[in-house]
This record gives sequence, structure tokens and C-alpha cells, in this order.
Amino acid sequence: MFISNLMRQLYAVSVFLFISILSLEVCADNLRSMPKINLGQVLTQPEIEKFAITIYPDGKHLPKGQGSVAQGRELYNNQCKMCHGESGIEGPAARLAGTNGWISFSDPLRILRIKQYPVLLISVGGMWPYATSIYDYIRRAMPHYAPKSLSNNQVYGLTAYILYLNDLVDENAGLDEASLPKIKMPSHELSVDAWADYIERAKNIKSTKKTNNKK
Amino acid sequence: MKNKSLKTVAAGGLIDRRSFLLSGLALTTAYPLASIASTGSEAHSVIGETLPSWMKVPGKGASVYGQPSTHEQHIKRHLEKNTPETSLFSIWHTPIENQRGIITPSGLHFTVSHNGIPDIDPIKHQLMIHGLVDKPLKFDIDTLMRYPMVSNIHFLECAGNTAPNAVSFNALDQSCQDLFGQISGSEWAGVPLKYLLQEVGLKPSAKWVTVEGADGGSHARSIPIEKLMDDAIIALYQNGERLRPEQGYPMRLFLPGWEGNANVKWVHRLEVTDKPAFTKDESGLYSDILDDGKIQRFSFHMGVKSVITHPSGKQRLPEKKGFYEISGLAWSGYGKIKKVEVSADGGKTWAQAHLDSPILSKSLTRFHIPWQWQGSETTLLSRATDDQGNVQPTRNQWREKYASYSFNHYNGIQAWHVDRNGVIKNVYL
Repeated sequence: MFISNLMRQLYAVSVFLFISILSLEVCADNLRSMPKINLGQVLTQPEIEKFAITIYPDGKHLPKGQGSVAQGRELYNNQCKMCHGESGIEGPAARLAGTNGWISFSDPLRILRIKQYPVLLISVGGMWPYATSIYDYIRRAMPHYAPKSLSNNQVYGLTAYILYLNDLVDENAGLDEASLPKIKMPSHELSVDAWADYIERAKNIKSTKKTNNKK
Repeated sequence: MKNKSLKTVAAGGLIDRRSFLLSGLALTTAYPLASIASTGSEAHSVIGETLPSWMKVPGKGASVYGQPSTHEQHIKRHLEKNTPETSLFSIWHTPIENQRGIITPSGLHFTVSHNGIPDIDPIKHQLMIHGLVDKPLKFDIDTLMRYPMVSNIHFLECAGNTAPNAVSFNALDQSCQDLFGQISGSEWAGVPLKYLLQEVGLKPSAKWVTVEGADGGSHARSIPIEKLMDDAIIALYQNGERLRPEQGYPMRLFLPGWEGNANVKWVHRLEVTDKPAFTKDESGLYSDILDDGKIQRFSFHMGVKSVITHPSGKQRLPEKKGFYEISGLAWSGYGKIKKVEVSADGGKTWAQAHLDSPILSKSLTRFHIPWQWQGSETTLLSRATDDQGNVQPTRNQWREKYASYSFNHYNGIQAWHVDRNGVIKNVYL
């Protein structure tokens, strides 16, 4: 108990220092002078489990289940095709397959269509770094007219089908909670993190200032 | 007119503000006095005969919730034309060229939703905090109302504001509302999130928080803990009243200076984690594609930017060689606006505009400069600099950094072309 309190205090101090390092505007009423108000009510484990639907890249919170490309294709044709198009590229809703950019396909009217439907400039296959995000988003938000209506297995099937449309799994593939986090998305290696860069720059500015002050 | 003392500060007719205020031009403009001819016999005249009708009848009573004048009903938000029927989310633009000052009326504030506006019962709504915390907690509205609140004036801008100028091959002939309508300014009041995070107790491994809304699409974004412990609030009030449903009623996350999409509306759940979740929007639509094809994630800040709103696209100057006040808005997600320079000759010469008080951090800042239009063809520009040393880039400088089809975080210098008839058009330099 004593140790965990100590840890908490140390952490509070380190968070405070870290924020100062970033030279973000720290309000005068910082945490140390602020009494805990303690009006929050206990959130129980069953309540958390009911709501905690976010799937993380390492597979955290993925439910048990499985679905195949074939099962996904049938669902897609019934519930998704009317907005995302026959092969996931036609729109009008966001593009699911292919690479990002202006002229990715042989369609001669591509530029005109993209002018009309700008969201087709980027695609799930070309942009998203983790396949777990596909599962997460379908389960929480799709289909658009009836979000949260698909079973966990159905979401595995649809995720498999979208990966198949991007040539990332073969036609006979199936997915479950163990295999989904292992899928490598092409854009993963292309990702750069602007927030990490910002933190780094802020630290450098701070250390330059310190050096200048010493002089 | 005693305007001989007018001093110009840059080519194209930009006038020194001080000399303008001291000149007869300012006085005659501000106080036009018409001479009144007296006719007839004064003893029998009835003053009402010559006065407007509304001065001769009792007025109407007020209503329980006031509305703008019926004569101002054309001032409306516009639904962005392309997006709704295509990607099934709606983007409503604020008529920024009709706004003066730095506060956007709540009913005209821009709004974007990816799965519509939920009808939330505030009694049943709760803010849950769990994950890497010592003590998972939930807070209902009545509880949050008892916490200390802060109120601050800030801008809110969609990452995709002015996207057409980032990606369109040719400059579209559009209005300021069409091109810049995803920016608004409000006073936001609510509970600093650090109070609530302190109460749940963050574990040492806590680095990110997945923030989720209670809408149909359960909109979610991963936010770094540093921002949440800095100036983030759970906003409950906008411009003195409880949030409008389209702004997240009963509560939203508000992150001063950061892209609109991260300011999660209808917020109901914060899951404290050690890494980002890579939700739909941070995986795709709200990433930037750089010139070398790399995909930039988590570029939360909205860069320093400005636009002349008066005059602006699709408008026409009513009088040739007339006097006009150039006015506009500047803002930066990094801090305060330090200066705004205006050019009335396509960027050859520049003059510093006057900044109206208050000049607040991460807030819209109103600028203006007097201008005597010479009646000839020209181009108006504005360039903002913030107190962190960030300078608004030219369109070409901005585009060098990004792929030709990357459309978020566009903050290039805006060019409004004025033709000989006074017609204002969006152009690229």
C-alpha cells in the first residue's frame, strides 16, 4: 500500500515534470495543489466489459470467434456493396481496397469520379496500418444504417473479405482472434508519427534553452 | 474630403490605420450627416407622416428563446455538396464571411458527423474512465456539474478545412464559406480533464487514452495523456448555454488547438492505455500523406492560418475606387497570433494589419486594415505568424511537403483575386 502510494506520487511528479519539459501551458492550479474531489462513482467490471469494445493492434479485446472470406463475401454483397461498390473501390462510401492516390485504376473516368467523391482518394488497404482496426470499425459502426447489428463471427468474415479484396489473404482464408493481429498491412512500414516528432522537438527546444541559459 | 493626409503603408492602396483614423475620411464615413429640408407649416405637421412604419406602431413581444432577425435568415450553414451522398457523413460549413468579431453563434458553428447526431438522454448518460487506472470511475452530469470549471475562448477547425485548395487542380470559384467554413470560434466551459484523471489515479504505464462517443458510430480517437493533463476539458457549455446536440450534448472532449475530429462529441468513455488504438479516423481519413509517400499519423495541431473574410470569394465590391476595410481571421493551434500581414498587390508589398483585442491563445483573432481600392485588377493576401514563430506557408510551400492528393491540415496563404469589376475570386499564385 505504502509502495503503491509512493509510486503514484512519483508518477504524479514525473508527469508534472514531463509536461513542464514540453513547455506546454501548465495552469497555475497544478495537480499537487488541487485536492481530489472524489465525487466519481465506482465503475464495476461488468459495466466495463459491456462497453469496452475497442480492439487494439495487439488483439486486446478481440472476441473469440471466426469467419471466412466466403462468409464475408455473402454478407458484403447483401449489406455493404450498395455503398462501397462491387469490389470496394467504386464508392460512393469510403474506398476499401487498392492503393491511395488519384489514378490507381484503369478507369478512364477516375479523376472525374474522385472530384465528385473525394473520400475515394484514400483506401483502407492503402492507408490503415493494422487489420485489427478493420474489425473494430465494422463492429462498432457498420453497416451505416444499423451499427452494432453484426455478430462477432460475421465481423471476422467481413474483415477477411476486405483483406481478400486487398490481396492480403487468399480466397480460402479464414480469420479468428489469433490470426487477425498477425496480418501485416502494407502501410504499416510507411507510417510516421507526428506526435512523437512534436515531443522530440519540444524536448530539443527545452534543452537548447537550458544550454543558452547556462552560457 | 480632407483625405490628403492619408498615408499608404503598402502598394495597392493599403492605408496606415492611424492616419486613416485621424483623417476626414474616417469621420465622414462614420458619421454621414444628411441635411433635412424643412417644408410646410410647422404647427400642423404630424411627425409620423414622414417617419418609417415601424416607428408608428407598438412592437411585438419577445419570445422564450430569441432568434435572429427575419431579415437575416439567409445567413445559414451550408451542407458540403459532395460528401453527404457519397461517404455518408455530413459536413456543415459556417458562413464565416458574415461573422464579425471572434465568436461564431452556436447555431451557425460548423459541424461534422460521421454517423448523424444522436438523441441522448442526459439522465442516462455517463462518463466512464477505466483501463490503466487505480480506480475505474463513472461520472453523471449532476456529478460533473459540481466540479470546478474553466471557460476559455478557442477556435475549432476541421482537419479538412480548405481541402479544395490543397488538392483541386484548378482554383475553384467558391465562397469563403465553401472554402473556409469548417472553422468557428466559441467560449467553451467545462471540467478540466486532469481533475478526473487524477481522481481515477493513472498507472505509471498510462500513455494514451482512447476517447469514445456514444453516437451510432461510436466515434473514437486516441489522445496522448500529455494533452489530457494539460488544457483538455470535458466541455458542458458553449457560449453560455449547454452544448447543442450537434456539438456533442450532453458533453464533449475539447482539445484547444487540435483538429476537430479529435474533440470527441457525445463523449462517454475514456480507456486509459499504453498505446494508441489506431481507430478508423486515425488510421485513414485524418492521416496526412507526405510527399515521399509516408503516412503521417497523429498530426493533431492545426497550423497557423489566416483568411480575409471581408471581402472574399463570390462577393463583388460595390464601388469602384471606393474605400473598404479589409478584415479577416487568423488562428494557430500552437499559441497566440503575433502578427498578420496583408498584401493588396499579390504579395509584392506587405503591411501589418491591426489585431483586435482580445488576442488569445488557440483562438480566432480578428485583423483589419483600411484599403482604398484603385479600381484596377489586383490580388489580396494575408499571412499570419504566431508567437511560437510559425509562419503561414504559401500554397506551393505547403504542397511541397504533402502528396498531391493529401488534403488535411491545409494552411496555405489564401489569394483572393479582384477583377476590374470588383468581383472577388479564389485563385492560386
